[in-house]
Amino acid sequence: MASTFSQLASGMVVSAEIFLLTLLFSLPLGLIVAFGRMSKVKVIQWIVKIYIAIMRGTPLMLQLIVVYFAPYYVFGVKISQSYRFVAVIIAFSINYAAYFAEIYRSGIQSIPVGQYEAARVLGYNKTQTFFKIIFPQVIKRILPPVTNETITLVKDTSLAFVIAVAEMFTIAKQIAAKQASVTALMVAGLFYFVFNYVVAFIMECFEKKLSYYN
Amino acid sequence: MDDREVLLELRSIKKSFGEDVHVLKDISFLVREGEVVSIIGPSGSGKSTILRCATMLTEIDDGEIIYLGQNAATSVNGKAVYASKKELKEISKTFGLVFQSFNLFPHYSVIKNVTDALITVAGVPKDEAVKRGMELLDRFGLADKADNYPCELSGGQQQRVSIARALALQPKILFFDEPTSALDPELTGEVLKVIKQLASEHMTMIIVTHEMQFAREVSDRIVFLENGNVVIDDAPDKVFDTDNKRVREFIGKLNS
Repeated sequence: MASTFSQLASGMVVSAEIFLLTLLFSLPLGLIVAFGRMSKVKVIQWIVKIYIAIMRGTPLMLQLIVVYFAPYYVFGVKISQSYRFVAVIIAFSINYAAYFAEIYRSGIQSIPVGQYEAARVLGYNKTQTFFKIIFPQVIKRILPPVTNETITLVKDTSLAFVIAVAEMFTIAKQIAAKQASVTALMVAGLFYFVFNYVVAFIMECFEKKLSYYN
Repeated sequence: MDDREVLLELRSIKKSFGEDVHVLKDISFLVREGEVVSIIGPSGSGKSTILRCATMLTEIDDGEIIYLGQNAATSVNGKAVYASKKELKEISKTFGLVFQSFNLFPHYSVIKNVTDALITVAGVPKDEAVKRGMELLDRFGLADKADNYPCELSGGQQQRVSIARALALQPKILFFDEPTSALDPELTGEVLKVIKQLASEHMTMIIVTHEMQFAREVSDRIVFLENGNVVIDDAPDKVFDTDNKRVREFIGKLNS
């Protein structure tokens, strides 16, 4: 029993790592992708559109496999053991960046043009206007959909099993098969639930913090 | 002969949207230091557009925009050519703009709305910016609202904050784009009072408005626009007593 929990615990750590690293990379990357999507340069706009279409239009599981095997099949590089985890983070980050990009875009485009005009007449340059005036308002508006994506991400971490990264769910399945009991799976379920409860709680705190204005 | 300095001169401004919507056909007028000029006219006459062009929010097709003798836009072979970005930035410091819908920054407190551009753009130290901001708020009866957020204020208060925000940067000219159109009559009064206060202090102002009585009281000159042309540009009493049938009709309608 004790070893069951220690095994599950090591899986939890891997799941949490995938989750945190993916957020760390995909949130800023999503902003860059959003800028590309709104670029005045048509070529950039189209490239980013195609990228988003592929990321949203194909299974994340398939993307994991592609990212994992691409170095070997495309470049002939031998895949090392440590690349597994890196591949998971790359695949998750570029996938979630596409979703976050569209959330950012919806937020940015919902800010009234008068805010830009007021900033311009007051002499703010473009960078100042975006980071001081526009972006703080965007964050407030996009928190609910970002919470949604973040919660989905917690559950999506279980997809890492497809390239044999031993995250929480992979281990729970192995234990369940060995013990011919669903206990480990139930524990795994509880873990995801509590994890997401915490995520939702933290996001709600952010929302409350930003509720001082309309 | 009027020897006050010319702060703004507009020469033959032309602006079309698309092929055939000629919003501004040929607009010229000038504004001297300390003058209050009201721009009136029916909807679609180009009042707001001329203000947007003068403040460079909208680019003109042809004509000249000259601030303090410096060309922001020059007419070259029938097309407007703008000064360099750097020059325009410098020229932009001469004016401020008050919007119809205030456009305050909702995530900033009142005092931060008034002082942030001073600190971020003009590089004034924070203490001094706040001191200047509080003086302005105090002048407009808003000192006790300094730490409130725009959403906690009435429309009239918000508009007074936005006037304070524009004045904080100490512009030589202040533009108003229908400053009271989003307000009910009671709130309109408090905003007009502030503008009158500024007029009495000889602030140079260009005001697009529908408030005829106010325009008559506060203005040194009234410019009447129709269909993208200046119909009259004269002292208020002369505009109100004009023989021009169209102008009489317009003013008569609004007074009745």
